[in-house]
Amino acid sequence: MVPIRSVPIEPGSLTYHDLPWIIEHREDRCTLCGQCTSVCPKECLHLTYRRQRMPNLDVLSSKRGSEYRTFVGIRQKTDMTHSCIGCGMCAMVCPNEAITPTLNTVENRTLFLNNQKGEAYKRGGRRNTSGPTLLDRIMFDRISMLTDPALDAGRHEFTVSTTLGRILSPEEYLKRKANGGWIPPTREIFPFVIGSMSFGALSPNMWLGLLQGVAYCNEVLGIPVVMCTGEGGCPPWVLKSPYLKYIILQIASGYFGWDEIIRAIPEMQCNPAAIEIKYGQGAKPGDGGLLMWYKVSELIARLRGVPEGVDLPSPPVHQTLYSIEESVMKMIQTLSMAFDHKVPVYPKISASTSAKSVLNNLVRNPYAGGLLIDGIDGGTGAAYNVSMDATGHPVASNVRECYLDLAAQGMQNEVPIYAAGGVGQNGNVAQNGMALVMLGASAVHIGKYIMQATAGCLGNEQNRCNVCNVGICPKGITSQNIKLYRRLDPDKVAQRVAETFMAIQTDVKKIMAPLGRSQSLPIGMSDAIGINDKDAADRLQIKYVC
Amino acid sequence: MCRLALKTANEPFSPYEVLEAMEAMKEGYDGSGLGLLLRGLEFEDFKYNPRFPILSGIAENKKSWKRLDQFMEERGYELKYDHKFHMDRSHMDGKDRYRYFLRAYRMPEEFQGKAMEDREGELMQTRLALRKDGEAHGGDLSVFSFWPDVAMIKEVGWPLQVGNLLSLHDGQIKSRVCMAQGRQNTNYGINLYACHPFFVQGISTMTNGENTAFVPIRDWLLGRPFEGYMGYQSDSEVFTHILHYTLKQLKLPLQAYKHVITPLSLKELEAHPQGDFLRGLRNACKRLIIDGPNAVIGTLPDETCLLVMDHKKLRPSTVGGREGVWAIASEMCGVDAMIPDRDPSLDFQPMREHTVIIPPDRKEFEIWSQFDQFPLSLAA
Repeated sequence: MVPIRSVPIEPGSLTYHDLPWIIEHREDRCTLCGQCTSVCPKECLHLTYRRQRMPNLDVLSSKRGSEYRTFVGIRQKTDMTHSCIGCGMCAMVCPNEAITPTLNTVENRTLFLNNQKGEAYKRGGRRNTSGPTLLDRIMFDRISMLTDPALDAGRHEFTVSTTLGRILSPEEYLKRKANGGWIPPTREIFPFVIGSMSFGALSPNMWLGLLQGVAYCNEVLGIPVVMCTGEGGCPPWVLKSPYLKYIILQIASGYFGWDEIIRAIPEMQCNPAAIEIKYGQGAKPGDGGLLMWYKVSELIARLRGVPEGVDLPSPPVHQTLYSIEESVMKMIQTLSMAFDHKVPVYPKISASTSAKSVLNNLVRNPYAGGLLIDGIDGGTGAAYNVSMDATGHPVASNVRECYLDLAAQGMQNEVPIYAAGGVGQNGNVAQNGMALVMLGASAVHIGKYIMQATAGCLGNEQNRCNVCNVGICPKGITSQNIKLYRRLDPDKVAQRVAETFMAIQTDVKKIMAPLGRSQSLPIGMSDAIGINDKDAADRLQIKYVC
Repeated sequence: MCRLALKTANEPFSPYEVLEAMEAMKEGYDGSGLGLLLRGLEFEDFKYNPRFPILSGIAENKKSWKRLDQFMEERGYELKYDHKFHMDRSHMDGKDRYRYFLRAYRMPEEFQGKAMEDREGELMQTRLALRKDGEAHGGDLSVFSFWPDVAMIKEVGWPLQVGNLLSLHDGQIKSRVCMAQGRQNTNYGINLYACHPFFVQGISTMTNGENTAFVPIRDWLLGRPFEGYMGYQSDSEVFTHILHYTLKQLKLPLQAYKHVITPLSLKELEAHPQGDFLRGLRNACKRLIIDGPNAVIGTLPDETCLLVMDHKKLRPSTVGGREGVWAIASEMCGVDAMIPDRDPSLDFQPMREHTVIIPPDRKEFEIWSQFDQFPLSLAA
């Protein structure tokens, strides 16, 4: 046996089958072109010299033994810094199908070592749970089969828009209309909103592509899609453009970018779609936004008014002299006033057992334009793994109980509930969204799905890629490195945005038509849905079907 | 699909005429129930004072009959007239009912000088209390309406069979307005309260077609602080309650009903003279948007009759007649049966934007379009 001291091991030493992703490389196909090594965002591939034994199999000769040859091969590094993330860019660029990462289904020992230098594990992406989600399992089971036939999704006229902003009770509306009172501003929007992803979290090209796509949806396709900026402001040229009306400006606890926004108000050609005040995020509840230093480029630093290359962790709460309830009220009122009471202002909170209290607070606040509830399955550009995986509340039951609470007060949809977090996790975006609508949401926000569908984001719930936090996004979606983001063509992103929303719109009609619905979005149409899980059915107060 | 017929005439007529129209329309539905509403009443054996509220319903046994009597007496109502149907029980094929009743009462003294709103509230409270009492006793007492000059009958079975059972052809009861619905059983089970027409505080409607937006609308109405918004054994009951809500709670004119249940699209509203107001109304009443296809036929306390349909109704209802007598039916043959001696070329089938209103004078009917200027000073 070899003496132990001659084997180069340390407590943190790993071999390739301890890693989450194992590179399979075929020497017989590899031409050593080097494209995989240059594209790998983790620089985990390297060229190595290997020796191969060539057994001497001449049976007629008495001579035995082996011959050896030396060859150049590609191997993966086994240290934590360079462990493969399974993005698969190597396979994508290989001209000869010689290389691919495969998921290590035996054991992933990096789980015990991802706290290098005392740093707790941080990443981007979503909660790493795979398989069908609860939303995936909801079925639309109330098919019009008796008195009236189902509708023709292709030929019938459908109203699929929803309202963004506070809705008055009919009595109050008539009263204010008669007295010349203030009618809260509302917008008719497509019920699938591009959720908050900041300029900073996303690369300039991604952001531009999204905005172009959104403008195309509105102005050419007639689909009133809106998108939210996330915390980090909005490029000044957008603030002063007519496209601002498609944008929900987010203000969060770091207030990044709001100097620019406030300064741009006098020069705005139109009002933004809405203002979103972020109090919480489903992926990292009780935690502020986080833009890690890797991504604070010169441009981002200028936009946010901070030095270059520093971590930008926003505080968990808004800095205030008041109690939380009071501060929520004052902030909503202030922002409503800043835009002349002509822009809906609504808060975004992480799904929580306390969501109902927040909602009831908003009910009594005449300036509150809605409530966005972001569930635990939501995505993020950067968060602590423990926040993402284990902290939070699923969105479905939270939205449902808030809706039922409003219904009991006869106020459903007066303060519209918007839902987010895991919509389209397995690609079933229209189905997931419409399930939430029938549970009581007035609209849903989608972020991760949009990155996946429009820009080819590689992240998934097997922890594939998920390195949005460190700015090495191999597709250039969440990077501020020009070498990376120039890979992403904004025009092509825009085209995918248009394609995606056209398809969602068709799917929405395909869901509504068999239910016999066409006149309005079926918000709270809980008689139309069922689930094959008795406990979930009881909790959501919908049908159990099997 | 349910069959609907309404006849309104200056001269009171027998409800049996409307039942015969139901018979003409019998093809294509399963006749699982009949609902009948009579307004503008005339009794053969009693000179009825139309101020007296009439309680309509069914007592299943002696006990509930007695309870009813006692309840009304204790509440201070004085029985003025108790109509007894001439029953021909050979036509009864369901369970035997003890008593179909139409009873006219004088209101309790303390309500004599009170405001209309209080009196109307009291009538509804009394009806709901009796309904609740019946439900608490295994459904042995059903009360369909309690209102001046209105009588209602509901029963399971073919319309004509029910008419024969109660001998409605004998001329004992006549009315100036009669609406009838032959019920097609939908997925909510047969229940007498599920039978149209539905009634709340003098306002009554009946509908055919399925309202797929029923559950969200029901949930919203149940949240209103108004006790009359209850029941919902049928998806069509919400149409009556929305009409009541529009007229009585929002105090909007009848023309607004259409804007509430089937508002114009945002694009259409841009070109509307009161687009701004109506856009806001559409928003505020969004939760009351129906999703048919539905035809809604109704009557109001002043004997106004109406017909509206939604966007998706492919087989429109027809209104026809002549000065002094008009009929609305879900099928053309129903109008033919009720008023054969009219000029059918003047019949009208409303489209999705129309509301047909037959005013109490019955001279001519009004066709009001949603695209027209809204007749509300507030909107001007």
